[in-house]
Amino acid sequence: MNLPMDTETAVEVADLSVMAADSAGARRPIVDGVSFTIARGEVAALIGESGSGKTTIALSLMGFARTGCRIAATRLRVGRTDVLALKRRELAAFRGRNVCYIAQSAAAAFNPARRILPQVIEGTAIHRLMSRAAAEAKAIALFHALALPDPEGIGARFPHQVSGGQLQRLLAAMALITEPELLILDEPTTALDVTTQIEVLRAFKRVVRERGVTALYVSHDLAVVAQIADRIAVLRDGRMQEAAQTSHLIAAPEHPYTASLLAAAAPTPRAAPAAAEAPVPLLDIRGLVAGYGAVRSSGLPTVPVLHNVDLSIRQGSAFGVVGESGCGKSTLARVIAGLLPPARGSIRLEGESLAGRAAARTREQLRRIQIVFQMPDVALNPARTVARIIGRPLVFYHGLSGAALRRRTAELLELVHLPTSLAARYPGELSGGQKQRVNLARALAAEPSLVLCDEVTSALDTVIGAQILDLLAELRERLGLSYLFISHDLATVRALCDEVMVLYAGRRVESGRRDTLLRRPVHPYTELLLSSVPELRPGWLEMVPPVPAARGIAAGMGGRGCPFFPRCPHGIPDLCAREPPPLRMLAKGAEIACHRSEEDLLALQSQKSATAAMPPPASVSTCRELQCP
Amino acid sequence: MSEAAPALHRRLRRRGRNAGAGLVGAAIVGLWMFAALAAPLLAPHGEAAIVSNTVFGPMSGRFPLGTDYLGRDVLSLILYGARYTIGLALAATALAAGSGVVLGSLAAASGGTLDAVLSRAMDTLISLPGLMFALVMVAALGSSVPVLIATAAVIYTPGAFRIARSLAVDINAMDFVVVARARGEKTHTIMFEEILPNMVLPVLTDFGLRFVFIVLLLSSLSFLGLGIQPPAADWGSLVRENIQGLGYGAPAVIMPAVAIATLTIGVNLLIDGFAGGRRREFADGH
Repeated sequence: MNLPMDTETAVEVADLSVMAADSAGARRPIVDGVSFTIARGEVAALIGESGSGKTTIALSLMGFARTGCRIAATRLRVGRTDVLALKRRELAAFRGRNVCYIAQSAAAAFNPARRILPQVIEGTAIHRLMSRAAAEAKAIALFHALALPDPEGIGARFPHQVSGGQLQRLLAAMALITEPELLILDEPTTALDVTTQIEVLRAFKRVVRERGVTALYVSHDLAVVAQIADRIAVLRDGRMQEAAQTSHLIAAPEHPYTASLLAAAAPTPRAAPAAAEAPVPLLDIRGLVAGYGAVRSSGLPTVPVLHNVDLSIRQGSAFGVVGESGCGKSTLARVIAGLLPPARGSIRLEGESLAGRAAARTREQLRRIQIVFQMPDVALNPARTVARIIGRPLVFYHGLSGAALRRRTAELLELVHLPTSLAARYPGELSGGQKQRVNLARALAAEPSLVLCDEVTSALDTVIGAQILDLLAELRERLGLSYLFISHDLATVRALCDEVMVLYAGRRVESGRRDTLLRRPVHPYTELLLSSVPELRPGWLEMVPPVPAARGIAAGMGGRGCPFFPRCPHGIPDLCAREPPPLRMLAKGAEIACHRSEEDLLALQSQKSATAAMPPPASVSTCRELQCP
Repeated sequence: MSEAAPALHRRLRRRGRNAGAGLVGAAIVGLWMFAALAAPLLAPHGEAAIVSNTVFGPMSGRFPLGTDYLGRDVLSLILYGARYTIGLALAATALAAGSGVVLGSLAAASGGTLDAVLSRAMDTLISLPGLMFALVMVAALGSSVPVLIATAAVIYTPGAFRIARSLAVDINAMDFVVVARARGEKTHTIMFEEILPNMVLPVLTDFGLRFVFIVLLLSSLSFLGLGIQPPAADWGSLVRENIQGLGYGAPAVIMPAVAIATLTIGVNLLIDGFAGGRRREFADGH
């Protein structure tokens, strides 16, 4: 099994195929004749949509094939090991020692019932590499290298006591502790917020460079991969389309598919139809307070999520709501849909006041607001056919039946560009993109005025997501729909919306028209969000100024002060911690909630961009010192 | 329709591995169902007719399964007894599983006070020892077919309720149910249209298990002499009546026990085959 040592290439894969038996028993390749090598100390990336075989390739490097799959290759070498020649026992010794794997969901990779440190050093014990004390010391050194807070103490915590970004870095420490010959990173930052993603990427990159780790990075996100990988291989349907140096591939993609991936990574704004100026806004929300748990004597819920949110959606416009996870954007959609009664505030639909609970609204009011959820897998009843799923609102709101019902169902399928033959299928027989189209068609069946889109493209691949965005833009034009479009992804919001509101910890921090807000952000948080979106050029990661870590969004919520203050680079120590920020109308027409004036903020921004590549400005460290009461 | 045919074919293929066991189960259960329905045609002798002078007689051409302690034909008794055992158990299981599932999904779909009241009421019932409760019921109301069915149903409803409720609570939190709520659907539509179709499989598995438990409960009641009253006899009473024959190795006591065993095994095989096939289908979807 030991092959002659090759000092240059760490991984060699020649003509790798993975065959899967489908339900009918026929064999078909899910990876087909893929060949590549990774030089020692190099970071290679596999990029492609889901189903392109990128994870399957990564797993086959560990000698692992999912149930019903078989690996075949003329050469599959990692370090000195011929992976395909390994027997079951040898494989167990090989995995976790020679090849380590970092999965997308760090939360699922840790045992919630055990402390972190024993889990991180478990690999050294299994492979009998070093003493426990040595392993712990090594783990702590890795925690330092990965820029984890409190490296000595963090190992004593349980997985739920650290944030998602920290857990992901701890998973990296777990993988690196055995000094594997190859590290596989499978979409390690996909589930993270953009601001957290930067920290994690930066830590990964540093540790990979410092220790000369050979790594295979699997992702669908070109912009992320461009930051960390030396070389990129583009996959589609199990075949390698193109492989090149990162800078070369991004500057001059040879294959048309690579070009389409590049295009999808930076969506262009869809043309917005001219909105008719109606005197009354379609949806008008004033002073909305909402949350979960029992209502206390103060009239506030136990866990308040939204604080004094105002928004107004014009007839025919697309209104974007942006923020990190936990900022309350989905709660906002639930309140508008009547699924969560607000504690305070008013919701008006074309001037008509809406009841808090869906059950207390009229059927007409319910019909006019429809909600579309993020996960197409759970948004459709798996036990009902597509025709029945789409037909239900037609029966419920419009009383259709018989031929009229069938005709309208077919029309709706055509509207979302699905073949009418899909009507007889069950959701389990559809692809993710198709499910999301059915999901949309069900909302459209009600003939709504306002569609609440809750992260509708987040669960989809970039290319499929871009198609859904196109569809949304098209439907808006054809049907005069209005959208409340919720997303953590600024690029998709930028592509579709004409007005944007930025939420932080349940408070509106900035709102205004898309072009002004996203091109020239004023509020420090909007600026942070915008600067955190990975850009499609190598070296971007080094250019972004470091951001103060998010210490849980709830950090600033107890007090009356600005919730963003603990992370704010421009905070005014006394004032911001004590006083809620006032709303300011800006010259360009946007609104922000900040103690600093517009001129102040813009001046600070230009100062900061001038010193971008330098160590963090003094104001950041002041904030850090002051944040703990 | 041309699309549906290959889909169905695929589905049947997927079921393949467990289909064997499922078919065996279906055959056994089908056979007993047929025996129960066609007992008067199949039975060589009358239900309670004393046809032989020998008690605990051996298997013979005239009495294929021997004779019992009164000299009655055991085969005929088992065929007629199938009607009681299967009929009673089926009715009681249908009642228990039906009310459990309906109440369970109602509790989950409406939540709040109704959920609390129903759940605590079921907890109270579940705390009663089953056989003891059955003895009290029979002692108070006398032993008759309706009383036996109602007793078995009451004893096994809380279990069905618990399982159905926990399933329904999970489904209730899924986005398609939330969408239905936002649409303004009434509770009963959400129950029957959105929640129930998605819990059919586990509920069916539970139905099979419960059926077996009820057969055993009724048999043990009969064994105590509190079940079906003579001269009619279900399988449990046949075992009890002929218990003295055990010493002689008489088929009269062994055969009804074998009948109970084959029925319970058959039902389990049938349900396993069904549920196993569908479960794989779900796994394939993901």
